Amino acid sequence: MAEYHLKTPLTEEDTKALKAGDVVYLSGVIYTARDAAHKRLVDLIEAGEELPFDLEGSVIYFVGPTPPKPGDPIGSAGPTTSYRMDSYSPTMLKNGSRGMIGKGKRNQAVKDACVEYGGIYFGATGGAGALLGKKIKSAEVIAYPELGPEAVRRIEVEEFPVTVINDTYGNDLYQMGREMYEVHA
Amino acid sequence: MREVAFDDVVNAVKNMIITTATNLPEDTYDALKEAMEKEKSPVAQEVIRQLLENADIARNEKRPLCQDTGLAVFFVKVGADVKIVGGLLKDAINKGTELGYTEGYLRASTCEPFSRANLKDTVGYNLPAIIHFDIVEGDKIEIEYAAKGGGSENVSRARVLPPAAGKEGVIEFVKECISDAGGNPCPPITVGIGIGGTFEKAAISSKHALFRDLETTNPDPEMDALEKTILEEVNNLGIGAMGMGGTKTALAVHIESNPCHIASLPVSVNVQCHSSRHTHITI
Repeated sequence: MAEYHLKTPLTEEDTKALKAGDVVYLSGVIYTARDAAHKRLVDLIEAGEELPFDLEGSVIYFVGPTPPKPGDPIGSAGPTTSYRMDSYSPTMLKNGSRGMIGKGKRNQAVKDACVEYGGIYFGATGGAGALLGKKIKSAEVIAYPELGPEAVRRIEVEEFPVTVINDTYGNDLYQMGREMYEVHA
Repeated sequence: MREVAFDDVVNAVKNMIITTATNLPEDTYDALKEAMEKEKSPVAQEVIRQLLENADIARNEKRPLCQDTGLAVFFVKVGADVKIVGGLLKDAINKGTELGYTEGYLRASTCEPFSRANLKDTVGYNLPAIIHFDIVEGDKIEIEYAAKGGGSENVSRARVLPPAAGKEGVIEFVKECISDAGGNPCPPITVGIGIGGTFEKAAISSKHALFRDLETTNPDPEMDALEKTILEEVNNLGIGAMGMGGTKTALAVHIESNPCHIASLPVSVNVQCHSSRHTHITI
């Protein structure tokens, strides 16, 4: 279990160094997208059209924040459950994205895509929305404002705490952790 | 007949919603603290430490504990000798809900089931609230409220077992639900179980079981013993905080049971995430 402090966008060298269980503090620009936004982004990729942001080395955060209070860049902003993005994530990774932040297990296709394209699935602490929201220094809606909390935002984070769940070697922290603590009758 | 003004109910509900979004109840905070001390996995311990820090930030800075500020769920006991003046009780609760979610800067998470359109523009902000009414003796209105998140609701299940399945069948069903859910419902969770009644009675009972304070025990010795057995079995699954492996998957198991049909054994499992935002008021 190592600790890393990484800047976005992530390189292949960055992601290859990470192993399931490592703690990473991310700084720099990341992008927010949930189900509805992913559908639109993947539709654009498949149609060969330009995306609202550069996918190369990008980290996508699965989050739908609360509205900001006056003077704040964003409200509470913890991760949402990731499996709803499973059908879109391999396409995102294939086209240059290198990281995803969410919570909960991914399907085999996503884990395989992490190995094939050098991507990482990071887990953030679900329900720690106040703490995680404070790590976000600026936020700007860059696409699909009509989706409300589900709009795509460009956010700048500082020392955003995440844990590596699925690495580029096919490891899965959820499986490893559970095997270690499961008590068999 | 005691009279209560419509606007008094609206304001009470509004305040309850705003306060609950930023204040983790003491029973949950204490249970998390205890879980952190007893947890054997250092990774899970760090997760719980973040949850306690999050609760402190939320309370001190009045920020929502979680971005999923839930659907508003109410259990309301209305005294037979109380009357609302100026409108319907149901409308007052809905109006208080809308004001609470807007004035508290809470997320509108209600949408149409298929178009997924947010109801903000058509019906209201996070409306309609989910309200379960009961009529009781007296001249008071007792309102229990919880902000119920989607992640834990998504892994909840109900099934009607054959009577022969018995307690063992119930235990296996609960284990199956929690095991399949893994880290998705944001453990450490509370498991609400409704046993008996009909299909929908079991489901509503499993929801209401989540409103019980965590430090309390079940007054029925048989159900109390079953709660303890299921808690141990669930924690033996090894899922741990946020599914990262550990010994504290659940903080508590709560059961509400009802008499049922001679042909049926309904059971429902409703899961509550660690951010168990619940409170109650009496008007």
